[in-house]
Amino acid sequence: MAAPKKGRRSPGGQGRPGRVLALILIAMVALIGGMFASGDTTPRLGIDLAGGTSFTLEAKNEPGKPNAINKTNMDTAVGIMDRRVNGLGVSESEVQTQGAKHIIVNIPKGTNAKQARQQVGTTAKLGFRPVLTSAPGVKSPEPKPSASVGDKDKDKAKDKDDKSKDDKTKPSGSSSASASPQGRAVTDALKANPAVDPSASAKDGKAGSDKKDPKAPTPTPAPGDVAALQKQLAALDCSTPASRAKASEAAAAAKASDPIVACKTDGSAKEILGPVAVEGTGVDKASAVIDTQQGKGWIVQLKFTKDGAKKFADVTGKLATQQPPQNQFAIVLDGEVVSDPSVTSSIAGGQAEISGGFTQESSRDLANVLSYGALPLSFDVVTETTVSPALGGEQLRAGLIAGAIGLILVIIYLVAYYRGLALVALASLLVSAILTYTIMVLLGIALGFALNLPAVCGAIVAIGITADSFIVYFERIRDEIREGRSLRPAVERGWPRARRTILVSDFVSFLAAAVLFIVTVGKVQGFAFTLGLTTLLDVVVVFFFTKPLMTLLARRKFFASGHPWSGLDPKRLGVKPPLRASRRPAAPVDPKEA
Amino acid sequence: MSKLGNLGARLYRGEVGYDFVGKRMIWYGISILITITAIVGLSVRGLNMGIEFSGGAVFNTPKTAVSATQAQHVAEETSGHTAIVQKLGDRTLRIQVSELTTEQSRATQEALAKKLDVPLDKINTDIVGPSWGDQIANKAWTGLAIFMILVVIYLAIAFEWRMALAALVALIHDLTITVGIYALVGFEVTPGTVIGLLTILGYSLYDTVVVFDGLKEGAKDITKQTRFTYSEIANRSLNSTLVRSINTTVVALLPVAGLLFIGGGFLGAGMLNDISLALFVGLAAGAYSSIFIATPLVADLKERDPQMKALAKRVRAKRAAAAAKGESGTEQPQDAVDGQDAEGDDEDDTAAAGVVGPRRQSAGRGGRDGRGGRGRPSGKRR
Repeated sequence: MAAPKKGRRSPGGQGRPGRVLALILIAMVALIGGMFASGDTTPRLGIDLAGGTSFTLEAKNEPGKPNAINKTNMDTAVGIMDRRVNGLGVSESEVQTQGAKHIIVNIPKGTNAKQARQQVGTTAKLGFRPVLTSAPGVKSPEPKPSASVGDKDKDKAKDKDDKSKDDKTKPSGSSSASASPQGRAVTDALKANPAVDPSASAKDGKAGSDKKDPKAPTPTPAPGDVAALQKQLAALDCSTPASRAKASEAAAAAKASDPIVACKTDGSAKEILGPVAVEGTGVDKASAVIDTQQGKGWIVQLKFTKDGAKKFADVTGKLATQQPPQNQFAIVLDGEVVSDPSVTSSIAGGQAEISGGFTQESSRDLANVLSYGALPLSFDVVTETTVSPALGGEQLRAGLIAGAIGLILVIIYLVAYYRGLALVALASLLVSAILTYTIMVLLGIALGFALNLPAVCGAIVAIGITADSFIVYFERIRDEIREGRSLRPAVERGWPRARRTILVSDFVSFLAAAVLFIVTVGKVQGFAFTLGLTTLLDVVVVFFFTKPLMTLLARRKFFASGHPWSGLDPKRLGVKPPLRASRRPAAPVDPKEA
Repeated sequence: MSKLGNLGARLYRGEVGYDFVGKRMIWYGISILITITAIVGLSVRGLNMGIEFSGGAVFNTPKTAVSATQAQHVAEETSGHTAIVQKLGDRTLRIQVSELTTEQSRATQEALAKKLDVPLDKINTDIVGPSWGDQIANKAWTGLAIFMILVVIYLAIAFEWRMALAALVALIHDLTITVGIYALVGFEVTPGTVIGLLTILGYSLYDTVVVFDGLKEGAKDITKQTRFTYSEIANRSLNSTLVRSINTTVVALLPVAGLLFIGGGFLGAGMLNDISLALFVGLAAGAYSSIFIATPLVADLKERDPQMKALAKRVRAKRAAAAAKGESGTEQPQDAVDGQDAEGDDEDDTAAAGVVGPRRQSAGRGGRDGRGGRGRPSGKRR
């Protein structure tokens, strides 16, 4: 960006000003066309202008995990929060990371801010819980008497058949942990229980008595609680995203040692789940791989930590002896059941795999949840802003009025000082404004750029920056005229120097905007972004519009003859007659430069 | 800048010159005074930190019949902290309670909604945790440090280290003044202020860079002539870019003033006001420092350079020789003017050059130092 020295081949060089002008006009038309084609003709407004609620959350390190705040974890947290807020049935909620440890959540007007706040503020927890009871996802209309677990089981079994193949295939899938003789999931489990046919074992081995058995080893609720849970389960509605969000909120809030009722993420089932058997932090790594040997398609391989492996071996050992659905364990993320594979044998050794009807995407999702779902992060809400649309509109109006007045003041000043030249400045400002506006609209569509109040402020401040460049150039031209040149050579000779000054100073402005953008959080970024954008556009406009326009105008008699209103009147500029067109340049100004 | 008003016309014609560099000690003195005042103000009065830095909440109610004192009572009762309540123009209330945690703030918000009998979601709130301000301040410091390092490197490459150093000093000077004014006047410091301050970085330097660019150009081939010392050249180029500096500053200030007085006045306090106030103060300080501090400082530094010392010696020798020679009556006084390079310019040189660069009028005498053309005045005569 630094000062180019040789000036002849500048864009907008005196050669073909018309072409350059045509070029930028075409670009403008294209941008405007693009804007209209996209269907949006106004920039997206930020929460502070459109109304709504904005939270800034700050990640806290949990004790013992000093390096937990990293990009992957933050991205996962964003994914989880996004799921939460959009689960409220709200469209257009935004969740974004900002900086290294902040997440911004923007929720447009008309949402229950309180609910949203609770939603985003809670920590995502991943855990493995044993499934006690399962039922179809919809709310059962007839009040079911708090039936025995056995009844529910039948319901659930039926329901299982209706469910997606994902679920259906799971029993065999999880068994594969034991059944697969090759692959990494070959574990002790295989040896311990080599001959088990999953479906068979599930059906024959366990009779009714088993129902009681699990309750002894797994810490299950007392009988009274069971009834309450059954009631809860009956009342639970998993059919809509909003109701699921509500359910998961309640479930997520429960203690790890308490049983919960929860929905499956896809709403296909609801389940009563026992206390957390293995914490999500017990998962060391999970990856989605394709199993070619056995033709099981996409599977998810799990690797547990030492501690996790032990617990997992324990719990799978217990679960394996159960009957469906109690041989299943639910992978619960944030109060929702992401997956509920069944277990046929104790899986020791810290490695396991889940298979059954995964697509590439679904296996990756699950692996991702397992790897990162147990965020070692918790968040604090550090700021919260609620703006009603009325106030936002008022602020925008005030900003626009202020901008308009600022612009008018600048125009008055320019006209008073530069007379005819002010036309060039005005036209350039106009081009700059059109470019800024259309690009903001398009960025809103493409990148989700939202115009917030500081960004409006940045745009207004940028009027000054843009006008600065014209002043630098105009003064340069006038200097040349003061040295006795006529306009056309003055326009050309003044340009290389003006260009250098403009580039150097714009670079400094841009640097400031870039640093501001990178180090700051939240609203400030909008300001920095606008400032940076307009600085860049300033360079574009000066190079591709102002300069060629000047070149063209220098050929007009009005300007070339130095009409008193042209702003280029040699007399007013202090050149003493008689004017001579070819004076040698003066020291110590270096003539080479021009 | 103070001269802007009465000298406007002559600046327009480019006739005015002022010995900024020669009188630098005055300006250094003034700046040091201002800086000391700012530091004293800062240490004695401290900054009036907004709720963003102490934690707390600002609530804006819709139109309400509730009086400010009632609202204050409610807010203080529910929060247990001092509340500041302002009645805004359109019968809305702005209630500010500081030193609250986010949890307390929410409770206060709910209590206010209940007691003032307005729907909860009609109250605009800004709740800020106590750690947020530190975050912002830390980031601001980081940003400041990064920016300064980068810009010094850039300026050192694009210009030279002395200019980079001078620009840095001018920048720190601007920031000190701006912060000092905030302390003295008692403006509230908010994240908006921090944004404004950080933006001044770019802007203050914008001015300085424009001036330095002119200086660099003016000082080219300086060693190949013996008419002017570096300081004189610096002053000349400063004068020649004065119009540009003033114009760019005015043009930059106008929109900011629009924001500050109209946008801000429209809404009472708010982000717009915070940013534009800091910008306004900082821009003015930036324009001042680029003219009165940065360039004289460069000249000072430069004069310590052996090359420039030698040049100054040559210039003095030549002037002495010229004086001794006692040439024509016209020449001597003009050389004397050159020597002092004072306001004399204003009066004597009504002809073109004041703003353009070295005055060609007094140059003349083509063969004097035996080299024509470049690096020295041309043969222009009046």
